[in-house]
Amino acid sequence: MKLLTSFSDIIIPCIIFGVVFYGILKKIKVYECFCKGAREGLGTVVDILPTLIGLMMGVGILRGSGFFDILGMVLEPVTARLHIPTELIPLLGVKMFSSSAATGLVLDIFKTHGPDSYVGMATSLMMSCTETIFYTMSVYFLAAKVTKTRYTLKGALLATLVGTVISIFLAFQMAGL
Amino acid sequence: MLNYIWAVMILLGIVCSIFTGRLDTLAQAALNSAGDAVSLCITMAGVVSLWMGLMEIAKEAGLIQRMTKGIGPFLDFLFPRIPKGHMAREYIATNLIANILGLGWVCTPAGLKAMEELARLERERGTGTPHIASNEMCTFLILNVSSLQLIPVNMLAYRSQYASTNPTIIIGPAILTTLISTVAAVIYCKLKDRRAVG
Repeated sequence: MKLLTSFSDIIIPCIIFGVVFYGILKKIKVYECFCKGAREGLGTVVDILPTLIGLMMGVGILRGSGFFDILGMVLEPVTARLHIPTELIPLLGVKMFSSSAATGLVLDIFKTHGPDSYVGMATSLMMSCTETIFYTMSVYFLAAKVTKTRYTLKGALLATLVGTVISIFLAFQMAGL
Repeated sequence: MLNYIWAVMILLGIVCSIFTGRLDTLAQAALNSAGDAVSLCITMAGVVSLWMGLMEIAKEAGLIQRMTKGIGPFLDFLFPRIPKGHMAREYIATNLIANILGLGWVCTPAGLKAMEELARLERERGTGTPHIASNEMCTFLILNVSSLQLIPVNMLAYRSQYASTNPTIIIGPAILTTLISTVAAVIYCKLKDRRAVG
């Protein structure tokens, strides 16, 4: 367990070392290259900023309005029937837009129900199997200056749906209900 | 598409808050989120610049090319129409490998570069229309959304933080779930791809 969580801490310095070392070995002007790349990176982030503000403002309004709580309540008869924990609906909604906001909800769920409960398991799996749809889409398509996204959203929703269903199913099995 | 989604989010949120009686706190929520976006971008500026700088070195040194060769068969299967040796392939490879290893901060810079290169590929082909996503772009994005990360390190950390008796128990099922959602994504993209190419 320790090994796994420290894996991502260790791997990054290793990658940095490897890249710089390999560059020197190949007689690349490493510092000049680095600065050139960094400049491009900065430009990309500046391009993204307006989209990010717009998107996060939208999520902020939607979350602050209590929309996801209402949605959870409205869907409760259906979710209860399918043994889907009510807490998962707001989580699923928020996760499509912002992973940091979703993390807040995940920690709430862990605090109230514990990570080993049925809800906790389903949450852990659900968060592991998909990424933030609208954030990824708007940021990536902005980089390519694309406005017509064709079938991307449908495919992304399909992947999320499949992941969610499997997560809930597996959590249900693991919780031994 | 995003125009409508965004408008619906804003309008629905405001109408909703009238019913929940939270209209007075909504201005603050909107402002806070906008502020959060700026702080996120400041963090991102540092991280993205760092990784794009390193990627530039790796590219010049031919390191990225070697990695691309390593997962060549996968790329051929997923993106058969990207010519060999095109930069788009190399950035896609970097993004996918970083994704599998769970290096979120490397994924985004590589992914952004990949999208720029895919846009350039469309221009080179001359068949694509600007502002319309190519099949490759759709596939690439759907793959990114379906998440390829094998070990959900963040989740493991949160689970142990909240005193799980067995934080790592989710690894097996998480790999299975990721695998199934990714396979579903690939099948969907392949079906769409075939129809679109005719």
